[in-house]
Amino acid sequence: MKQRDIFMAFFRAGMLGYGGGPSSIPLVKKEVVDRYKWMEADEFGDVLALANALPGPIATKLAGYIGYRVGGFRGLLNGLIGTMVPTIFLMILLMTALNSYKDQPWVEGMSKAVIPVVAVMLLTMTWEFFKKSTQSSLGWVGTFVFVVVSLVLIQAVHIHPAIIIFALLLGALLKKNSPAKEKGTPSP
Amino acid sequence: MIYLQIFWAFFVPGILGYGGGPASIPLIENEVVDRYGWLTVNEFSEVLALGNTLPGPIATKMAGYIGYEQGGILGAFMGVFATVAPSLILMLGLLGLLMRYKESPRVKRMTVVVRPVIAVLLGVMTYDFFFSSYEGLGWIQTLVIGAISYVLMERVKVHPAYVIAGALIYGGIFLG
Repeated sequence: MKQRDIFMAFFRAGMLGYGGGPSSIPLVKKEVVDRYKWMEADEFGDVLALANALPGPIATKLAGYIGYRVGGFRGLLNGLIGTMVPTIFLMILLMTALNSYKDQPWVEGMSKAVIPVVAVMLLTMTWEFFKKSTQSSLGWVGTFVFVVVSLVLIQAVHIHPAIIIFALLLGALLKKNSPAKEKGTPSP
Repeated sequence: MIYLQIFWAFFVPGILGYGGGPASIPLIENEVVDRYGWLTVNEFSEVLALGNTLPGPIATKMAGYIGYEQGGILGAFMGVFATVAPSLILMLGLLGLLMRYKESPRVKRMTVVVRPVIAVLLGVMTYDFFFSSYEGLGWIQTLVIGAISYVLMERVKVHPAYVIAGALIYGGIFLG
């Protein structure tokens, strides 16, 4: 019964969350905290902060971790399957259907018309990441420097973005904390 | 061999995409379009468009579908596994350590320094998409469709799924 609850909780959060994993976070909270009461709101906040400190898709980290805590390894699998499998299945089904009519002119028209819409979506995402970055400790100047340098490295020098990100992560970990910041951090 | 490539193509975006699935979209594009050439920019945008009209996490939908296209069911499994497993294993394994350090300036700094790079990657991808649209439809159609969808999604707050559905219908009837 518990395993079925785990599956249903993450199935609902997955199927109702439009706009990728991050938009399903409040839905996961509703299931996990309000409906099934597997954890307190505070604890959920902790888990979310933890998941945000790690790379990769957020929805599956939450589903896997909470599933594991509630129902062990089987719970982990049920949480993951509930989150992902139905939507992947739909995706494969629809794309395959679309591809089999690929040569029809109306399908060609459809796929042409959708490109500018996706470009606009990406543009707003770009802007959001940029804005968040200027609001972080980097500020306008820091963000501008980071953007220009990484743009040159990726587009002109053709360095794989993975190498740049990895170098930055390493730098962030190894850099000594300034004493002022150290003091400002509450000890756990 | 193909399974190893699928694993690698989705492992890299999964482990470097800070900020959830959407942050890994340009990294996925980098692997599947630029590096392995499995899809053209146009095909990638179709996959992304359809992925955005469907619910659920975007990174796993893309990994599942592209993995399936390249290597069948096992390919789909490989793509999803590479996307999900590394960060989930890190989360379960480093739990105690992370709980202690999640407020640490070092851990916070990691997200902060990656953000501008993700913004650049998304920006480059946006440019690619606009350019590819210009090649297919010309400037006027691109600008008009782009402007209308911007107003609908960002100002009127219409759900993106409806805007994409609308564009599909318009394209099917008038651009075919």
